[in-house]
Amino acid sequence: MRLLNYVIIGNSAAAVGGIEGLRSVDKEGKITVISDEPYHTYSRPLISYWLEGKVKDSNIYYRDKDFYDKNKCETIFGRTVVSIDKNAKQVILDDNTSVSYDRLLVSTGSEPFIPSISGLESVSQKYSFMTFDSAKEVKAALKKPQRVLIMGAGLIGLKAAEAIADKVSSLTIVDLADRILPSILTADAARIVQKHIEAHGAKFILSQSVKEFRGNTAVLSGGDTVDFDILITAVGVRPNTELISDAGGKVARGIVTNKAQMTSIKNVYAAGDCTVSHDVSSGSDKILALLPNAYKQGEVAGINMAGGKAVYENAIPMNAIGFFGLHMITAGSYEGKTHIKKSGSQYKCIYYSDDVLKGYILIGDVSNAGIYTNMIRERIPLKTVDKKLMFESPRLMAMPFAYRREKLGGIKQ
Amino acid sequence: MKRVYVNEEWCLGCHLCEYYCAFQNSGESDMVKAFGRDEKPVSRIRVEDVDGEDGIHFAVSCRHCDDPQCVKGCITGALSIKDGVISVNEDKCIGCCTCVLSCPYGAIVIDEGKAIKKCDLCVKNGNGEPACVANCPNRAIVFEERG
Ligand SMILES: Cc1cc2nc3c(=O)[nH]c(=O)nc-3n(C[C@H](O)[C@H](O)[C@H](O)COP(=O)(O)OP(=O)(O)OC[C@H]3O[C@@H](n4cnc5c(N)ncnc54)[C@H](O)[C@@H]3O)c2cc1C
Ligand code: SF4
Ligand code: SF4
Repeated sequence: MRLLNYVIIGNSAAAVGGIEGLRSVDKEGKITVISDEPYHTYSRPLISYWLEGKVKDSNIYYRDKDFYDKNKCETIFGRTVVSIDKNAKQVILDDNTSVSYDRLLVSTGSEPFIPSISGLESVSQKYSFMTFDSAKEVKAALKKPQRVLIMGAGLIGLKAAEAIADKVSSLTIVDLADRILPSILTADAARIVQKHIEAHGAKFILSQSVKEFRGNTAVLSGGDTVDFDILITAVGVRPNTELISDAGGKVARGIVTNKAQMTSIKNVYAAGDCTVSHDVSSGSDKILALLPNAYKQGEVAGINMAGGKAVYENAIPMNAIGFFGLHMITAGSYEGKTHIKKSGSQYKCIYYSDDVLKGYILIGDVSNAGIYTNMIRERIPLKTVDKKLMFESPRLMAMPFAYRREKLGGIKQ
Repeated sequence: MKRVYVNEEWCLGCHLCEYYCAFQNSGESDMVKAFGRDEKPVSRIRVEDVDGEDGIHFAVSCRHCDDPQCVKGCITGALSIKDGVISVNEDKCIGCCTCVLSCPYGAIVIDEGKAIKKCDLCVKNGNGEPACVANCPNRAIVFEERG
């Protein structure tokens, strides 16, 4: 049989999942990885750790140096794919060359959303915080301490804040939402984390947006002004879906795929931050811009591209993050009844219905949180577990004996 | 593949497996020294207990899953699979706890401010049999093939 020709656009978590998925089935087919970023695959979340100085240059990479060799991949880095010609089964690059495919994986991720604010062009030093290059730019700009304004108190904005907190002369974070980390924390939980971050010198301005920039002065919706030297925008991301929509494929905010990660275009698959996922905890479709999700979708895509069989199921929003030593883990959807416990900077809120665990927020002690995650993903009936024990802390003791016998004892009934 | 399996009915709740695991991974040759030092050695196995007369006890350590959520979700690539054994590259791990969020069994141990710790079946520092199993007085954990 003729060797198949696989092409992957993007070179991050979803692409690596794709390569490893492909190679688990097809050891010989040709794989070509194309990315506009000029780097060996690196871990995007590590850019803040790198900027902070906690991760050295050689440790920012997501896979070992010999990754492409071992997986027999050809790489085309520093080139952008500008279109997909689905009839000729080719992708066209920005230097007008083309690469043919039998199966294509689109793992183009997302890019920073830049809001249109009047006067933004008059800001002399402005950066986003999504790529290794952007982290390098921020590092260069902060050679000497300066006043930094961050727009956006979400995960990326706050990770940037943590990274630069001891390199700045002042640090202000403004967000339109009434609380920090609005996508993962409730108001109660957010207050705890906000207090902790403020203790490290960051100042928050919430429930306000930047109305206008006058050079290096931000005019807020409430009328106040903030002077700064450096602006970091982290107000959100938007999925890179154009390649698929231009080729006539189905897009609903993100690229739409089936459970095998196949798009509506024949022989074209998609995975990662550029796609929509089905969140089983809420029953709705959404973009889950999270690394574990990207990897697993990529792997499923790769297996199917190579002729194997895999489906991506049981996706839920889930996040582990920390700021200045304070851990938090959140998962699922925040609906139904609640079980809340808090003391100091320790916080726990469990969301549940009569049947199943729906979601949770843990701040501080996050040990064994995956036991809760598993209950949500697998929709383990609450009536089969000792609810009191389980709500006290995640533990296998609260699971039925038969479950432990199977999982720990390896004995299936 | 050989794994650590739990015979829950036989567990006494003595926690010896935790001590021996921590010691084995401490890099010390002397137990008194290992537990006496400032930086306390960390066990990769944990015992869950419910006290009382008919108390239940059992040890939990990594299952070395065929479909390891921890490896797939690791945001840095610090976790990897070699010959079925899942281990962490402590130089690379940043302690973000995404694996703690992902592991269905609570088999990842948080070591505050440092790389996470997890069972690697003593492949790096052992002599064939994991230290926890070797030192369990009641065969409540065993190292064998169970398919
Ligand atoms: C600072 C920061 C911290 C984060 N922390 C966490 C965390 O703690 N936990 C977590 O789960 N997630 C975190 N994330 C999110 C995580 O990084 C993403 O979910 C993950 O990287 C998605 O992977 P992906 O492969 O789908 O896309 P991406 O990582 O976005 O990669 C897509 C790649 O495709 C390239 N590309 C796009 N279009 C083209 C084209 N036309 N031609 C060629 N190349 C193209 C892009 O340049 C990029 O290299 C963080 C993100 C950031 C920025
Ligand atoms: S740490 Fe947990 S998820 Fe990972 S292999 Fe072990 S038991 Fe499985
Ligand atoms: S804590 Fe370490 S091993 Fe676990 S996901 Fe984060 S980097 Fe990977």
